Amino acid sequence: MEPLFALLVGALFTVAFYLFLSKHVIRVLMGAAILGNAVNLLIFTAGRVTREVPPVIGGGNDVLVQGAANPLPQALILTAIVISFSFFAFLLVLGFRAFQKLDTDRSDEMRVAEPVREASPPLGY
Amino acid sequence: MAGQSDTMVDLAAAYVLEPVAAADWLVVAPVVWCIMTGAVLVTLRKRTAVQPLIAIPALGVLVLMTLALLWHVIAGGTVTMTMGRWLPPFGISFTVDLMGALFAATAAIVALAAGIYGRTDVDDSGRRYGFYPFLMLIMAGILGAFMTGDVFNLYVWFEVLLISSFGLLVLGSERAQLDGGVKYAFLNLIATTLFLVATGYLYGLFGTLNMADIAIKAAELRGTAPLMTLVTLFLLAFAMKAAAFPVNFWLPASYHTPRLVVSALFAGLLTKVGVYALLRILVMLFPLEREALSLVIAIAAALTMVLGVVGALAQNDIRRALGFLVISGIGVMLAGLALGSPAGLAGSIFYAAHSMVVMTALYFAAGLGARLGGGFELTGAGGLSTRHGLIAAMTLVLFLSVAGLPPFSGLWPKVMLVKASLDVGAWWLAGSILVTGLLTTICVGRIWVLAYWRPAPEGREDTVPLNPPLIGATVALAGLVAVTVAAGLWPDPVMSLAQQAARGLLDPSAYVQSVFPAEAPQ
Repeated sequence: MEPLFALLVGALFTVAFYLFLSKHVIRVLMGAAILGNAVNLLIFTAGRVTREVPPVIGGGNDVLVQGAANPLPQALILTAIVISFSFFAFLLVLGFRAFQKLDTDRSDEMRVAEPVREASPPLGY
Repeated sequence: MAGQSDTMVDLAAAYVLEPVAAADWLVVAPVVWCIMTGAVLVTLRKRTAVQPLIAIPALGVLVLMTLALLWHVIAGGTVTMTMGRWLPPFGISFTVDLMGALFAATAAIVALAAGIYGRTDVDDSGRRYGFYPFLMLIMAGILGAFMTGDVFNLYVWFEVLLISSFGLLVLGSERAQLDGGVKYAFLNLIATTLFLVATGYLYGLFGTLNMADIAIKAAELRGTAPLMTLVTLFLLAFAMKAAAFPVNFWLPASYHTPRLVVSALFAGLLTKVGVYALLRILVMLFPLEREALSLVIAIAAALTMVLGVVGALAQNDIRRALGFLVISGIGVMLAGLALGSPAGLAGSIFYAAHSMVVMTALYFAAGLGARLGGGFELTGAGGLSTRHGLIAAMTLVLFLSVAGLPPFSGLWPKVMLVKASLDVGAWWLAGSILVTGLLTTICVGRIWVLAYWRPAPEGREDTVPLNPPLIGATVALAGLVAVTVAAGLWPDPVMSLAQQAARGLLDPSAYVQSVFPAEAPQ
């Protein structure tokens, strides 16, 4: 399973970074969504993939049964999902507000904070 | 004891059984305090007059807490507290060593100054949008990052401070803020995601995320695991957070857009969290890999410091010039990381603490100057020194301090770093620190001459007097100036703390022993 997942993670990263290279904020946003999923799958795979034994400690046991899934990556991913979702929600609103106020979703046309022809500092006293 | 269960379980094998010493609660108190006060302030969202009255004393208490923690660490060594009583490495540990405690105390002082300055700088609408709650939450994130002993937890604190910084950055939703915010938000998201990628690989290789545990296991895994790849990923992620060349372009795009007090807070604290993480992960956990990467780090450091100040020279807006000076300072700190010697690391730690105070104060000074003299543009500025001598004098002190001239706090860490570079024969690194100092002197000297020393231009003589609201802001500025003067005239305490902290990083046995008391020191 792991090599297959590793290839899938690589493919997701490729797509995400390809989208990041775009100048349109909306594509970068899609890249951010895919990147979040790529990382989650990466953590899941890094925790080793096992099948069919849930990480639940049954009655009378004090430890997990042999071959159970690793619960820690699942906890990590849960945290990462919440964080990446909330970031995506914020970025979506930010991108939309920027589009409303700046009339563009192209990053190279967003030059309000850094104007193209800025005044040079005074050369003399 | 374990009682009713079918199999007898020895609780001592899984739990911390003895109660935590009262003084050790100081480890989590600052973070808990910030989150609690932040929550209270959220409920007072519409009572804009009450917010500073709660937030400023709360930040004062925070300063006392972090100073008490610093004193506790100086007196008793590294302190650890593990959450939920699970024995490390299963529970998440908060481990505070000297470097963490020193940075936390400095950050709290800066936050108090920002709270006081914010009373003048942030109007009612900014307060309704949540300036003070965000300030408390960003402090929770920053302090949590300085104190945690767990790599994934470090990631979580990075996200806490990042989401709060987004809120602070777009406070007011002006066009320039949204423009800068887009670039800041996306590039920082990529940086933290890279950090998470590296954390995922780290867990896959080590099976643990506890820093002390990793420090022990790194030696065993070094032969078989691809640690260089891992450390390179960490270096890229944290260098991006710290705004090191060539991944620094989000900083000059955004740092001049928000409210001035927000710029000041970001310039003082956020990039230093990246530097802290670099020191913690690269020096303490993976020293041999850092050694292998040291030339790369040194070249990045030299380029960051020189290109940063060259960028500052080209700016007409004082805030943008200061943003480039922040980058330049990061380069100086990375020089110590590249050297990796006790003296070099001590220089980095001292410079980071100095930079937290001085960069924040510089933004405060620029903001006060703009309010009193009219604007951030150098074209058409002037005349501040005759009308507001005290503020002009304090600004001059800060300018000399950021350039590294005596007798202020910027001098000593630069001396330590230059000497450490020459000790290993890296004359070009020492040279670039000195050239950066010269260029910084030219840059800030020009700002002072144009905006403060020369007479006010025609028709701009009538400016604002120092009215009561601005006095609070002046007090905040004066407090930070006093810190840089004191640290410049009596550098011994900070210098010896920085040296001890650097030794603690290079030999983490005290750190490990604090987390795993049972493990005999090797």
